[in-house]
Amino acid sequence: MTGALWLFLTFVAVTLMITWWSARQSKGASAYFAAGRRIKAWQNGLAIAGDYMSAASFLGIAGLIALKGYDGFMYSVGFLVAYLTVLLIVAEPLRNSGKFTMADVLAYRLKARPVRAMAALSTLIVTTFYMIAQMVGAGSLVKLLLPGVSYELAVIGVGVLMIVYVVFGGMLATTWVQITKAILLLAGSVLLSVLVMAQFGYSLGNFFDAVSEVTWVDPKTGREITQNFLQPGLAFKGTIGAIDLISLGLALVLGTAGLPHILIRFYTVPDAKTARMSVVWAMLAIGAFYLMTTFFGFGAATLLTPANIPDQNMSAPLLALHLGGELFFAFISAVAFATILAVVAGLTISASTSFAHDFYTNVIHHGRERSPGEEVRVARIAAFVVGATAILLAIGLRSTNVAFLVGLAFAVAASANLPPMVLALFWKRFNTAGACWGLGVGLTSSILLILLSPSIMGTDGSALIAGEPIFPLRNPGIVSVPLGFAAAILGTLLSREHHAEDKFAEFTVRANTGLGAEKATHG
Amino acid sequence: MSDKDLDLTTEVSSEADVTRLGRSGPKPDHERTADEDVDIVDWERVASTADFAALVQARARFLIPATIFFLVYYFALLILVGFFPDLMSTPVPGLGPVNLAYLFAISQFAMVGFVTWAYLRAAKNFDAIATKIRDDALSNRSEAKP
Repeated sequence: MTGALWLFLTFVAVTLMITWWSARQSKGASAYFAAGRRIKAWQNGLAIAGDYMSAASFLGIAGLIALKGYDGFMYSVGFLVAYLTVLLIVAEPLRNSGKFTMADVLAYRLKARPVRAMAALSTLIVTTFYMIAQMVGAGSLVKLLLPGVSYELAVIGVGVLMIVYVVFGGMLATTWVQITKAILLLAGSVLLSVLVMAQFGYSLGNFFDAVSEVTWVDPKTGREITQNFLQPGLAFKGTIGAIDLISLGLALVLGTAGLPHILIRFYTVPDAKTARMSVVWAMLAIGAFYLMTTFFGFGAATLLTPANIPDQNMSAPLLALHLGGELFFAFISAVAFATILAVVAGLTISASTSFAHDFYTNVIHHGRERSPGEEVRVARIAAFVVGATAILLAIGLRSTNVAFLVGLAFAVAASANLPPMVLALFWKRFNTAGACWGLGVGLTSSILLILLSPSIMGTDGSALIAGEPIFPLRNPGIVSVPLGFAAAILGTLLSREHHAEDKFAEFTVRANTGLGAEKATHG
Repeated sequence: MSDKDLDLTTEVSSEADVTRLGRSGPKPDHERTADEDVDIVDWERVASTADFAALVQARARFLIPATIFFLVYYFALLILVGFFPDLMSTPVPGLGPVNLAYLFAISQFAMVGFVTWAYLRAAKNFDAIATKIRDDALSNRSEAKP
């Protein structure tokens, strides 16, 4: 497969050149952005889509649908419906009040130091979980291209390279890079979907007939299996499975609005109306993409069949190889790699700046930098620590589906970040104790439940922790989200903070009308 | 060294990104707390106007039912698929092998489109009231402080 490898490297180089070029193009206008924040709605929408559609969406969902059929499609639906929460509840109040991180929203009328500290910790953890999935995806991809290399070496090599590139290259987090990547990913998905449908004479009827009767020979038992892939229940079985599915849905639908790297995207638009329209543009791009997972997910199930998918995260590239040969395989792999690199860039920057700025400078050093460049050094160290942690965990979680892994990041975000943010927006009585309790309990409960779940604990030797899983669900949301809300409410009711309540009138006027948020444009 | 030299943002991220690192100048707007923010209007007074009450009420009247609707529609899918997989596997008449579960899942995409469309329609009204509140508040301010 060396031909494919060279093609892949060429495509990656071209992609990097396009992103470098587009970032340069925007450079002249960057002073303009910072002053007027006049990014257009469709541009910001595509950038949100670029930040959002990660290895999980492309590699993970394709793999889940290819092996588990309909149940995998539930991720596609959840990832899209989640944007209604962003559109209806968080986007406009955030842009209107001029706040762009969860820490900004909480620090506004509460005590800034404790909430910034907790918010920075939460951002770091959510980001690390998100990053693990990207590392697993990147490692599998490199292993597929270089069959001689072990998975461990692939993850470490590509992981370290990506972090070094992001930390020292820097420019990747710009809006234009995410836009370029979103367009590439959409184009790759359209091509893949068209090639799948060509196999069925472009007939939806033929396609679904094939999906409902997939036959393959199980390589382990040698028995022939026929399965209807449209049937629910292949992954989420029985009562526990049903609860797990609802738990997953809760994490997806509430987690997106708590993702740090999505929230900061509203910084670049001039007003709430543009923020609203950019969410709508993002939903169009994301919705179109998730609709297409039907074609390349079920397409992989019928054309490759589970017998020919040794690594579930690689079903989309393998489908490309099957349909379009080495050239197309190299192209799709490069698109996947660019997707991962762009998401890693966005994540690294939101995590490391949040830590360096919110935690190190604002909390530990009371908002003063002791020496020039110190904050940048701390951010770099934080980026390497997050990267290294993600790489180590990615080695332990090698065969896990990346969409599932990202689902865990959503669960942590939904349990820890969403409750304090929603309560800060809508509840006058809400205070610092409530925010810290909510963040603390949301974080610890979701992480603890993940550690005790069947994804980490197991008796078959490949599990990270040996032993019978203590918590039966793979997705912790159904327990940890209510716990996060309860803790935030309880913490609030057990203490009183009159200053925070006095400032609520100001905050709601700002959040609802946008009064005072346009300082930047009106001077 | 000027402030510009100390701003090392470009080394780790782009100038358009949110948190500028290595900044020695004043806090950016979005990091200000209520105490540090400039009071451009009398917030309590704006909050007590009839227009503001109408805006909050209009938003709530749309957002609460809309949020409940989309959450119920979405979790209905998960509950039905999770607890009644056999019922949901029933093929839809006239659609060949396509079953209730897949049809319901695809209808979620349409539901998202519908709620978004309804919100964009309703938001025109919110924008109109919000603009009026902003204009009134800012013109009252200039009368009070000529």
